[in-house]
Amino acid sequence: MSAPSGITRATLTKDIRLEWRSKDAINSMLFFALLVVVVFSFSFDPEAEESRHIAGGLVWVGFLFAAIVALNQTWARELRNQVLDAYRVSPAPANALFLAKAVGNFIFVAVLEALMTPLFIMFYRLRALGPAWQLLPVAILGTWAIVVNGTFFAAMSLRTRSREIMLPLLLFPVTLPALISMVEATNVILVGDPSTSAKFWIVLLATYDVVFTTGCLALFETVLHAE
Amino acid sequence: MNDPNTAHPQADPVITVTNLIKQFGRFAALRGVSASFDRRRLYAILGDNGAGKTTLLRILAGLVRPTRGTVSILGNADPREVCREFGYMAHPSLLYDEMSGMENLRYFARLYGMAEDSRCAASITAVGLDPELQRPVGQYSQGMRQRMSLARALLHDPKILLLDEPFSNVDIRSAREMVKLLAGMRAQGKTIFVVTHQASLLDGAADEFIWMETGLIVNRTADRKFMETA
Amino acid sequence: MKKAFPILALLTAVFLSYALYEALVVAPREQTMGDVQRIFYYHVPSAWTAFLLFAINFIASIQYLVRRNPKSDQIANWIVIAVGVLTSIGAYVIRPLPQDVYPSSIVTTALAIVGLYFLIKRLFSEQATDILALTTAEVGVVFCTVVLVTGPLWARPVWGIWWTWDVRLTSTLVLWLIYVSYLVLRRFSTSGQTPVLAAALAVFGALDVPLVYFSIWIFRTQHPQPVIGGGGSIDPRMLHVLLINWLAFLCFAFLVCWSRYQVERMQREVEETQALEALLEPGGNVR
Repeated sequence: MSAPSGITRATLTKDIRLEWRSKDAINSMLFFALLVVVVFSFSFDPEAEESRHIAGGLVWVGFLFAAIVALNQTWARELRNQVLDAYRVSPAPANALFLAKAVGNFIFVAVLEALMTPLFIMFYRLRALGPAWQLLPVAILGTWAIVVNGTFFAAMSLRTRSREIMLPLLLFPVTLPALISMVEATNVILVGDPSTSAKFWIVLLATYDVVFTTGCLALFETVLHAE
Repeated sequence: MNDPNTAHPQADPVITVTNLIKQFGRFAALRGVSASFDRRRLYAILGDNGAGKTTLLRILAGLVRPTRGTVSILGNADPREVCREFGYMAHPSLLYDEMSGMENLRYFARLYGMAEDSRCAASITAVGLDPELQRPVGQYSQGMRQRMSLARALLHDPKILLLDEPFSNVDIRSAREMVKLLAGMRAQGKTIFVVTHQASLLDGAADEFIWMETGLIVNRTADRKFMETA
Repeated sequence: MKKAFPILALLTAVFLSYALYEALVVAPREQTMGDVQRIFYYHVPSAWTAFLLFAINFIASIQYLVRRNPKSDQIANWIVIAVGVLTSIGAYVIRPLPQDVYPSSIVTTALAIVGLYFLIKRLFSEQATDILALTTAEVGVVFCTVVLVTGPLWARPVWGIWWTWDVRLTSTLVLWLIYVSYLVLRRFSTSGQTPVLAAALAVFGALDVPLVYFSIWIFRTQHPQPVIGGGGSIDPRMLHVLLINWLAFLCFAFLVCWSRYQVERMQREVEETQALEALLEPGGNVR
């Protein structure tokens, strides 16, 4: 249907334009991402042999923390001046808004990951001994898994007290299978043991993404209008 | 014979509410509001804080579900089915502070499925503002912001307007211009609801004053002075 | 409730004592693990009870969401039946199955869930399903905590480790986390539609658990771990004691749920009455 995708596109462009203009979220987020990498490097000594084996986990946990900070401000602009009410009284479908926000968050988090990855590679001297190209589907599917649920739970936590803590509280348990898959897949690819394959994990990630994207799209309208 | 200036006796009122009750926990915001409202009228809804005026408007806009009771807007039980037919305005501006007026309206036009800019410019001009103004809405004066918010509510040419405190913190001149604008729209056939504390602004413009108290409508009259002396 | 409850409570107390006696005295001593293994009779029934309660919560949450709208209610009915049928067929067709999982147990579980769905639909009104969801979540979390505490208590003396990424233990941990967050959401929500939000979260949780199970299962095939509880077949005498304990736990869970349900129901009635009073009060507020 052209109408909802038009609304999604319009909302996405508006969000990108607004972020580009103010740059307040992206700047603090980038700095936070840098801090996460540095703190991890101090806590998990890159020189130690063990750190090399858990690097996959470290990278993804770092991404997750940076993503939480990004996700917490998903609806910040809509809350100011109650703009969300204007959306609710319009005929625009709720899912168009959801997709726009989810894709916007995806881009946002992808930018953060693009910054953090070279730093991790540098500090931990990471090298992919397995098929490195597989890291791309892992990164895309994994980031989408965090972002789609994160956007949904960010909307849910609009209706609660202690909004900023509700989001990770709701998000972490539900994203655990995706996190396991991302970490394992990354470790398998980095270690490059020919007897192991990341394919199972990529398939599991894809399944997770399909299941939860469907769930979010089915339930978002209910959550949006739950006043 | 038939006076063309008298409103044609309407068979169907445009909005009917029956025994509306809304409770937030133990607090009863609306305690059984029943009324019907006709087309081509400007209704002023008055009352103290906590009387239930905002809750009533939000229920009509479909933003809040009543605990009990029914709403019928243009024959429809669910306001969201007919959301194209009404425009809503509240005390917060419902606009993005970082965008200019035209950019804001362009975005909201998309939500209503309108691709061209012409209606946006027309709306902004109608409320007495300049469509070319690049200043972000966050830097407007309160009066300008309320007027831009009204422009947003008018964007899709709705039949019904639901305005919650449109004149609050607005300078007298802008407020009077807004009232003139509303009266003009009523003449064009729109039905307008204005919740306000500044009843005097609507003297001469409103068809009916509705007084609410603790969740009920206690009085409806065309003559506000009569109500105050009672 | 007044009459039946004390009688049932007494019966349950007797039954639990009997079950405890069976577990501590009558059940045969395990060859390799010794008496420590007897915690098994506490650990496993708690787990099964917790899973049953969470399954009921899932069903109640779905019903709360779909019964708001008659059309979605109908569709949900058909989907439930379809899922039951497909699962039963799939149990015999899909190979290989995870260890210790048999087709017959899958079919029984599927049919039980379908049966439970329609039973709950018959017995509980729309609002009552929300109370049911809340009750089973709370009691389920308690039993789940028991599982997570007894697991390490058992593992430590026997295998020398406190924790392992065992499929079942990890899935139980995730389930526990999800339902604790469910209870937190209920507590922290400021919306008038808290039951709807909580039901949505329960649905997400239910979608999550099979994925967790599956991901840990694959993880385990790549990183073999000790299996808490052991695999293989179980001595029939032990099975007998296990089932007695499970039955006793179910009675106990039923009692606790029932009283919690009544308390919540009465609480809501009080709130509704107060709300109705507020309607009549001229100030709109009950002091």
